[in-house]
Amino acid sequence: MLSAATYGENGKMKEYHYSGPVEHRFSPYTFNGGTVLAVAGEDFAIVASDTRLSEGYSIHSRDSPKCYKLTDRTVIGCSGFHGDCLTLTKIIDARLKMYKHSNNKTMTSGAIAAMLSTILYSRRFFPYYVYNIIGGLDEEGRGAVYSFDPVGSYQRDTYKAGGSASAMLQPLLDNQIGFKNMENVEHLPLSQEKAVQLVKDVFISAAERDVYTGDALRICIVTKDGIKEETVPLRKD
Amino acid sequence: MLLSAKPSFAPVGGFNFENVRRNAMLEEQMSGQGFKAPKARKTGTTIAGIIFKDGVILGADTRATDDMVVADKNCMKIHHIAPNIYCCGAGVAADADVITQMMSSQLQLHALSTGRAARVVTVTRLLKQMLFRYQGRIGASLIVGGYDVTGPHLYSIYPHGSFDKLPYVTMGSGSASAMAVFEDRFKPNMELEEAQRLVQDAITAGIFCDLGSGSNVDLCVISKGSVDILRPFDQPGKRGCKHGQYRYKKGTTAVLTKTVTPIAVELVEETVQRMDTE
Repeated sequence: MLSAATYGENGKMKEYHYSGPVEHRFSPYTFNGGTVLAVAGEDFAIVASDTRLSEGYSIHSRDSPKCYKLTDRTVIGCSGFHGDCLTLTKIIDARLKMYKHSNNKTMTSGAIAAMLSTILYSRRFFPYYVYNIIGGLDEEGRGAVYSFDPVGSYQRDTYKAGGSASAMLQPLLDNQIGFKNMENVEHLPLSQEKAVQLVKDVFISAAERDVYTGDALRICIVTKDGIKEETVPLRKD
Repeated sequence: MLLSAKPSFAPVGGFNFENVRRNAMLEEQMSGQGFKAPKARKTGTTIAGIIFKDGVILGADTRATDDMVVADKNCMKIHHIAPNIYCCGAGVAADADVITQMMSSQLQLHALSTGRAARVVTVTRLLKQMLFRYQGRIGASLIVGGYDVTGPHLYSIYPHGSFDKLPYVTMGSGSASAMAVFEDRFKPNMELEEAQRLVQDAITAGIFCDLGSGSNVDLCVISKGSVDILRPFDQPGKRGCKHGQYRYKKGTTAVLTKTVTPIAVELVEETVQRMDTE
């Protein structure tokens, strides 16, 4: 396709000649794909992610889950640039240990969220290229979901999708969990079984249309009894 | 007869470049505000072809992508050119579709005017001359295969107009994966079963290892006097089974306003036509 670069200011085609060496800047980021989803229920929280790690048109790994266990009651899902995901989770783990040693207690989900916000903002001018979603139980035992942008802005939600297929999943969740755009429907509270089923179905649909999502789905269910993990196969093409 | 102020000319065939300058200026202005020009939909494909004992087999996947979103899960990439010549297209979807249709009609006219059956080398020459004329602006990478009076032939043609005549070829974003399979197992003069399996495996490799390819494997077997289009030949990428029910009852969508406009109809003429229902 003809690009704007071949035309000058007045609309005439630019003279084609060798204009000297062109500097190509090294990009420190790359996009490794992946989708993350978190849902908060009455007494549970679910964090789910696909397990495909890709770059360009290739697949690096079919088994690289994006959910990381932080404490017994908190799981974080990170998608975006894999290098920054790994570094960020290492930093969070270290900070959790430091907190435990100086305060003699485990960090709560809300505290982790607040801390993550400051960690991300400290790199405001060379950000971590990571889309984070924290899912866990708050102090009262209710499900909590915190969603972030790459530089640390966050808020508490009931449900949130992040990553490459987020634009496809979020409207479906708005409809099924938030009962948006529907009338004459009973607003039943979300049970754990229904939530898990919904998450599986929603990822099956995302894998159909998003090339970066697929291979397998890892679901982490956080309840007061601990964290349970489930793996479901998805499309591999 | 309707008289118009400007005399209307018959549409000139070929490409219309009226909007090129306008688009270039718009792109320049809009990029400052963060808008991007719309991108043409590419097929992001795996296509392959081999010559076996009795003819030619062409294979293709069936995914069409819009950047990195799947636009069509089951599109047809094997195009008909002549009854004995078929063409797989990769690259920009519209370019591959239209250029093969153009060549198909040109070839039919050529066959009628020469009074001879169409040959694969003729299509290849017409295609490469057209692609070179447009200096790569037509983003179509093609694999042309067929069985004509001189035997089976297979050509691969690149967007800038170069071509290769080979016993096995692959094109598209998944070509590396497919070629790996070919280089491992290709032998000259294979039997039909073995050849079909080889092309299926090559396209399957592209489907699983390349993000731009997916869904099903289509095959086209061209031998002396017969063509078999096997669509789909195989479906390695199966859709997952959903457990929930996502149907909505009547009345779920809110009706905000309702206006009824009766259209007055006057009976002018009545004709009765009997249908023989026996």
